[in-house]
Amino acid sequence: MPNHSNDRLQGTLDLLVLKTLASRGRMHGYAITLHIEHITKEVLRLEEGSLYPALHRMTKAGWLSAEWGASENNRRARYYSLTAAGRKQLFEEESHWAELTKAVARVLRSA
Amino acid sequence: MPWLKRLSDLLRPRKLDAELEEEMQFHLAARIRDNAAAGMSPEEARRQARLAFGARDKVSEECRESRDMRWLETAWRDLRYALRVLRGSPVFTLTAVGSLALGIGANVAVFSIVNAILLRELPFRDPSQLVWIANVNEDHGLSGVTYRVDIYEEFRRRSRTFEDMTAYFAFFGFGSFKWTGHGEPERLAGVDVAPNFFTVLGVRPLLGRLFTAEEANGGVGAVLLAHGLWKRRFASDPAVVGRSLHLNGRAVTVVGVLPASFDFSSVFAPGTRVEIIKPARLEGMRNWGNTLSIIGRLKPGTQMEQAREEFKALLPQLNAAHPEWGDGYGARLTPLDEQVNGRIRHSLLVLWLAVGVVLLIVCTNLCNLMLARASARSKEIAIRSALGAGRSRILFQLLAENLLLSLGGAVIGLALAVAAIRAVISLSSVSIPLLGSVRVDLSAAILALALALVSGLLFGAWPAFRLSAAHLEKGLKESGRGSSDGAGRAWLRSALAVAQVSLACVLLVGAGLLLRSFVAVLDVDLGFRPSQAIAVRVDPPADATRPQRQAYFDSLLRAVQAVPGIQAAGLTDALPLDRNRSWDLQAAGRTYPPGFDTGALIYVISGGYLGAMGIPLRSGRAFQSRDTAEAEQVILINETAARIHWPGEDAVGKLALIGRPKPYRVVGVVADLRNRALEEASGCEFYRPIQQESPASTELIFRTSLDVASISSGVRAALRSIEPNMPPSDFRPLQRLIDRAVSPRRFFLTLLAGFAAAALLLASIGIYGVISISVAQRGQEIGIRMALGATASAIRFDVMRQTLALAMAGLAIGTIVSLASTKLVGALLFGITPTDPLTFLAMIVILLVMSFAAAWVPARRASRVDPVLALRGLRT
Repeated sequence: MPNHSNDRLQGTLDLLVLKTLASRGRMHGYAITLHIEHITKEVLRLEEGSLYPALHRMTKAGWLSAEWGASENNRRARYYSLTAAGRKQLFEEESHWAELTKAVARVLRSA
Repeated sequence: MPWLKRLSDLLRPRKLDAELEEEMQFHLAARIRDNAAAGMSPEEARRQARLAFGARDKVSEECRESRDMRWLETAWRDLRYALRVLRGSPVFTLTAVGSLALGIGANVAVFSIVNAILLRELPFRDPSQLVWIANVNEDHGLSGVTYRVDIYEEFRRRSRTFEDMTAYFAFFGFGSFKWTGHGEPERLAGVDVAPNFFTVLGVRPLLGRLFTAEEANGGVGAVLLAHGLWKRRFASDPAVVGRSLHLNGRAVTVVGVLPASFDFSSVFAPGTRVEIIKPARLEGMRNWGNTLSIIGRLKPGTQMEQAREEFKALLPQLNAAHPEWGDGYGARLTPLDEQVNGRIRHSLLVLWLAVGVVLLIVCTNLCNLMLARASARSKEIAIRSALGAGRSRILFQLLAENLLLSLGGAVIGLALAVAAIRAVISLSSVSIPLLGSVRVDLSAAILALALALVSGLLFGAWPAFRLSAAHLEKGLKESGRGSSDGAGRAWLRSALAVAQVSLACVLLVGAGLLLRSFVAVLDVDLGFRPSQAIAVRVDPPADATRPQRQAYFDSLLRAVQAVPGIQAAGLTDALPLDRNRSWDLQAAGRTYPPGFDTGALIYVISGGYLGAMGIPLRSGRAFQSRDTAEAEQVILINETAARIHWPGEDAVGKLALIGRPKPYRVVGVVADLRNRALEEASGCEFYRPIQQESPASTELIFRTSLDVASISSGVRAALRSIEPNMPPSDFRPLQRLIDRAVSPRRFFLTLLAGFAAAALLLASIGIYGVISISVAQRGQEIGIRMALGATASAIRFDVMRQTLALAMAGLAIGTIVSLASTKLVGALLFGITPTDPLTFLAMIVILLVMSFAAAWVPARRASRVDPVLALRGLRT
């Protein structure tokens, strides 16, 4: 299993994707991109392509499941949805994130 | 099933790439559309979409990496690295692969032989139900183990435990066929079988059919061809069925061809080549005495024991009902496969054990090599792990090297085995059953692989494991200063070398004992001199009358004796160590106690036979031309017969009974012959003159002082004048009979000697390795000693003493093990005891010489250490 808990940036992207799928259900990659852009009010503008390795990695890790389906305008698109393992992972990453931000905030305050 | 999906992903990377491409295309297309909807020009929309997406190559590369392929790539890299490492140390690689190949090759070859002869079922239907039924007077040659036609019929009629029985004419050596009218005349060996022979065995013809009832009665001449003959002389032409052949001047029809899996000779008469199968006319053989070998098929579900019980009860009844059978018959029932391979089972098992020992030596050798390498590489490993390689990575890396070595050994070993087996199959004259069916098959290939993996990985893994666990700093600290090699590892290496020497010791003793037995067998006084004597099969015309036959014999002998360079020529109906039969022989007027064995081997010979064979006449006279059919009936007897039947008397001039009404006069006594086997002392033998017995087939023996090859053409010309159709291949040097008789012994000896030689080689490599490592590691110590004034010879002496200690320890253990295991080979020996001191002494000398030779090079290297360099810590 790829270990990337130290890699914050990647971890952040994972967290965003997991959270998006948790709240919105089954989505394809482009829709996930749009959603993140929309929610973060375009603060977090990633290279859109970097979403895909993350999706594939998480699928392989068993957090997401992927299947092919028809898009809103009837093209073939790959849809991702959260698995039980993904939900658990989301929970862990959320608490992790909370701890981290708290810690960083403390440092910023005390410095 | 996620792992299944992963596996299928692994196998279809291209499909995954295509899916990824499609996914990215979808994303881009959607972005372009949204951009356009936001009011961009199509051009701009496309550009912005691409910019936002980033480098697509990088994305797909990252996606690919997230797949399961990575470990495979790593493995591939490790294998390539391993290959590079192995190429970098060719001596090590060659030694390791070479010894593995040797061990595996030997094991696969022997396994293939054992598999074909002992393990695989006979090529018949339900072979476990087949039983060999033999009469119980083994001492009387073939006559003592065969049956009369009427007893065969009684067996068939009365037995309730057998589904059916069948038989063949055991003296089929007589049934040889001169085949004419198809290119060069050729002599073919054939066998007469009971009509139901193939149905009982469960063999179907490859082409054509079996014999019809009419053919079985001898009404129409019909034969079946063996697969070999069909291939050899008819180029596997299916149209041969229905064709007519001229055998012994008579036309017979080929009704079928037997499958390749059925080879009569390899099962029933190893060392011969029986190629014609003919129905036996049992009616005509009724008065010939014991002629049939019987094979029965047990009823389904019937046990061997039940059949034995039945026969135990049946035989006394039969004997009582048939007083004309004389002393009566017994029966020994053996499973057919045991009858076929029983005699060589023990030799094969010894052989199997021997290759096992070879493999053990190979494994210890490998272990030793790996250990040596482990210490040489500990620094390399330490650096790698310092650079961040995990322990499992290093372990895998080392295992990859072992895997390559193992596979290399397996492949080369398999090739060696195939070559060896090919050589073995070509030995058609070796009288070992089923030898022709030996193949290196799939099971042998699997064995090779398994042996390679077990020996390579097991013996390689352990040093690898220790190496990968080696302490990092310790490895790095190890500078030019001596070794970090603990006393433990050095001790282990010495122990392995000692083990090798002792294992080699056991094999050498075994091979030595067999060699001495072989020489002893060849040294046996045969009673005749085979060198410079040649046999030719000559048959009088099939329809000749007695006087015509006699005239034929006389003219043959006259013609041959007229050839310049012929010292003597004679005729016999059978050769020693070939086929044989026995009749009754008694001193006239003597009453024998009940159960006294009066059987004796009988040979019908002409007067010149004794001279041609080189059989010494002990007293009396040989047969002469005056011993005609009308003159007094006479016999010659051998010394054993004279001693047994006329003890303390001169047998010459006495009367003997040979199972016929009138007595026969003993006119001479000749030397004993080794007739049945070289290893078996002679029993009673007697001879009848050819003029008085008039046999239907004979062997002509001639002896020459000249070169055998040069005289053959003269003899052939002389014979052709009498018999124009004489097959050219018929000249058989008498030595060939001896060769065939010792062929199994020679076969096993050759193999075992080969294994012993391999063991010797491997053990010397082992000793060389241990000594050279110890010398290399003690470089500094040696340097100090030399700086303090030790001479080169003192250093050499020291190294040699170390070698001697190893060798002596190995010899001591090996000798003890050999002595303990002599029981194993005891049964295979002849003329020597299993503790033969000469063999043991020779083994000790050979191993000591070998050890010193192996240690000589490192010893010299040690004595040339430059003390200055050594002290500076530079390895010399």
